[in-house]
This record gives sequence, structure tokens and C-alpha cells, in this order.
Amino acid sequence: MAEMWINMGPQHPATHGLWDLRIKVDGDMILDADPQIGYIHRGIEKLGENRNYTQFIPLADRTGYASPMTWAILYVLTVEELMDIKVPPRATYIRTIAFELQRMASHLLFVYGMAENVGAMWPPLVYAYRERELLLDLFQILTGARFHFNYPRIGGVKWDIPQTFEAQTKKALDVIESKLKEYERMFDESEIFLMRTKGVAVLRKEDAIRMGVTGPTLRACGVKEDLRKSEPYMCYSDFDFGIPTGKNGDLYDRWVVRIAEIRESAKIVRQALDRIPGGAVATKVPAAVVKSVTVLDGETGYEDLCVIMAKVPKVIKPPPGEAYVRVEDSRGESAMYIISDGTERPYRIKIRSPIFCTLSALKYMMRGARVADVPPIMEGIDILLSEVDR
Amino acid sequence: MSAEEVAGEMKKKFPEADVRIPRASRLTASVKKEVLLDVCSFLKDAGFDHLSSIAGVDRAENFEVAYFLWSYEKKILVTLKTAVQKENPRIQSVIKIWEGANWHEREAYDMFGIVFEGHPDLRRLLMPEDFVGHPLRKDFKLPEVE
Repeated sequence: MAEMWINMGPQHPATHGLWDLRIKVDGDMILDADPQIGYIHRGIEKLGENRNYTQFIPLADRTGYASPMTWAILYVLTVEELMDIKVPPRATYIRTIAFELQRMASHLLFVYGMAENVGAMWPPLVYAYRERELLLDLFQILTGARFHFNYPRIGGVKWDIPQTFEAQTKKALDVIESKLKEYERMFDESEIFLMRTKGVAVLRKEDAIRMGVTGPTLRACGVKEDLRKSEPYMCYSDFDFGIPTGKNGDLYDRWVVRIAEIRESAKIVRQALDRIPGGAVATKVPAAVVKSVTVLDGETGYEDLCVIMAKVPKVIKPPPGEAYVRVEDSRGESAMYIISDGTERPYRIKIRSPIFCTLSALKYMMRGARVADVPPIMEGIDILLSEVDR
Repeated sequence: MSAEEVAGEMKKKFPEADVRIPRASRLTASVKKEVLLDVCSFLKDAGFDHLSSIAGVDRAENFEVAYFLWSYEKKILVTLKTAVQKENPRIQSVIKIWEGANWHEREAYDMFGIVFEGHPDLRRLLMPEDFVGHPLRKDFKLPEVE
């Protein structure tokens, strides 16, 4: 049969996001793949050059819409390295808790997507959303928002965790952990699911490393690499957790690794909640322009909030220099490179998105697969177009 | 091999390179673009198998291309920088050394107009094909500024 190129996208019924996957097929066998991206390029790097350091935090949220907390935390970590700011331990713990809850929420979104894309329509799909809802509720009481939290601050976090947070989190973790067993039963006993994922879209270890693939997709190939262990940031060195890996690097292993990671994240959150130290949640950031802040009197009840806000100056001017900071995001190694020229605006912000690199390796996974496997393969890397296009 | 040992070997092999260790397990090096490929091959052989990303930067007098490399085994992050002149910016592609450089180089071409020689498929990546100009250059005029 004649070979031909087919465009899949830019619209996708399963809402992977806007992107165009061109595949070369012979019959329904895929010979080559060439992803076209840029459909939702918003120029976040350029926007950042025209905003001050504080104003970029909401934009960092929007860099990865399925995982906003991790991106915002990455941004403040980078600016803190640039300015050499020491963050109070309580703030670091709160960030770690938020980071891991976000990872769990993001992986549950993956469970949803995977179920949808292999055709297991209603029950598992809605179940994953139901459990994710518990996490979004937690974010709501922590930050006031269910999405795009704008919660981390340069030098700390916006405010302390509310009183009910610990008990509610532990309750939610109990529910999620018990439901994970249910998912595993549901999928591992489904012959259709196994047929559609085992041995499909195999990525070899060497190809993955050569192409810069990171995160769960790399770990599914059997590489035990996680920045939380190999270059611990925040307070990950305080906790006991494992790095789940796969063997074959196929779709099934990517699924198994992510389900196991939800469990490990729950473990980290529990440990962090038990050990969280007291103290301030934001440090005083050296300010170029220190504005006087009137602290309201105690009767109004807004005093605490004002004290925290008073600690963060209105305009931040890091000294000239640069910082490259990497974190283990839900999808792999995400990094930001910020150059300061000593003014109130960043001179350059470069964002390294994990899915950007994974997507460039897609042709190695696609070769030999069938056209019907394309949706699960797309979902299998946990695609998120907002961070690819930026 | 620690960052100090890598730095020592680099200085021995490339005496002109400006090699520094800003803090533990970090290494930054500035090299001339003529020796870029040699330095990259040396680093690849030394175990830096993960190309984290490539960033173009518009400095006042020239463009800068920064390569971020990580060694899974040594756990050292290398920032390798090289300058490219603004008139007709051209530099060797590192795609033969790290295949993952493909999209990073296309992005730098798209955003800064830096041409990577030896790249098999140097097209725009994020901007539309018919877009005029390179948006991350500092002299790029934003529409509302005009």
C-alpha cells in the first residue's frame, strides 16, 4: 500500500490540547511522526520581560495549566536563588505539601485521560475526577482558588495553612489511597486495557536519554532518576519515599509508574504534615523600594495578613546575575533560567518544559504503532500543551 | 569525578575556556564558538548525557547561546556558554552529539534568528511559518509599543 502523511489535529476530540501530529502511515502502521506545535504559543517568555518579578507569578501558574502549583513554585525558587534568599522552613514545608498534592492531582488527570483514550468510558474516567475533586477542595482551602492559585511568593508563601487543613488532607489521602486499589483492580483485570497498553509505544532507554526525555516516561524505561533524590531541593531530603520505575518503557509501564507515584506523593505529604515546623511563612526580601505599610489594628482581624504582606516589598530588584533551577515536575524535569540585569524586570526568562522534550521523542515511540493507538500514546506521555508552547 | 576534576580536565584541554565553579556540583564555562563542538564532544564523553535545554540570550553586543548539561552519573550541572555575533549569527549545531537538541535549536532559531549549521530541519517551531522577525530579540517591537 502507498505511504502517506496524515494530519491528526490540531483539534482533538479527547482535548489533549491544540497541536497537530503528522504521521506517515502505510495502511494503519505508523512509520514516522512529526509533531507540529505552537498553536497556543502565548509568548510567556516575552511577557515576562515586560513585567516585574512579582507580576510573573500568575503567569508561571498559567505555564502549565494542569499543574500550576509546581510551575509557580519553580519560578519563586529560581528568583530566590538569583537573590540568595533563605526561605523559612515552615514555608518550604508548605510548598512541598502543595507541590506533592499538585503532582497527585495531575496524575489523577492522567488516569482520567488514559481511561478515556483507551475507550474505558464512564466509570474509571469519572472516578479519577471524583478523587481529584478532593485535592482541588484542599487547594481551595489552602489558597482560595481551585486552579491558578497564585500562592507561592518570593521569600515564602502567601499565607499560612488554615487550621482545618491537616485533618482534611489526611482524610482526603485516606480516600485516594483506598481508591487507587480500586483503579488498579479495574484496569489490571481488564483485558482490553492490557491489550491496548502492554508492548505499545515502547521507548528504549537509550533513545529516551538521547532525546532528553525525563520524568515518569523516562522512569518507565527503567531509569531510576528523580531530581527529588538526585539533587534534592526544598526539603525532599527529609522524607522517606521511593522512586517507582518500569521495565519495558511501554504504555503500561507509564501507567504503573504514575499510579505508584501517587502513592509515594501521599507518603511525602503525610510525613510533611507530621513534621512541619512552626514559625514564619515568609521572609523579608531585600527591597529596592521599601514602602511603608500601615498595619491594621488587631480588632479588624486582618492584622496577620497585613504583617505577611508587609514583609514582601512591592518592587523586587535582584542583583545582576543568573540562575538555572530545575525541579521534578509532575511530567519530568522542568526548569527556569532567569537573567537579571539589576532592574525591576527580568532580562530573560527561559522555560524548559519536560513535555517539550518528550514530544520531540514521540517519533521513536510511534514507529511501529497502529493508528488506533495514537490517542493512548498521546495521553501516555501526559501531554500538556500549555507548557510545550509557552 | 567531581566538578573540580571536570573543570581541571577542561582547562587542560581547552586553555582558552573560562571555567568556573559557582557552587557545589555546578560548573559554568564560556568558550569560543569555534571550539564549541570539541568541548561538547569532550563533555559528552565525560558522561554529560542529558541536554537539559538550550537558551538563546540577546546580550547588548552579541547573542549568547547557553547549553545546560546534566550528568546522571556524576550529578553535576554544566552551563556552557558561547557568544555569536549579531551580524549574520551562525553557530554549529550540536545535534550530532545530543539528538534532543533538535527542537531547542529550532526554538532558538525561531526566537533569535540564530542559524545552527548542520541542523537537518531548521524551521520555525512556535511562531507561524510566515511570521516576520524574531520575537525574543530585544530590538523586536511589540505592536502596542509602536
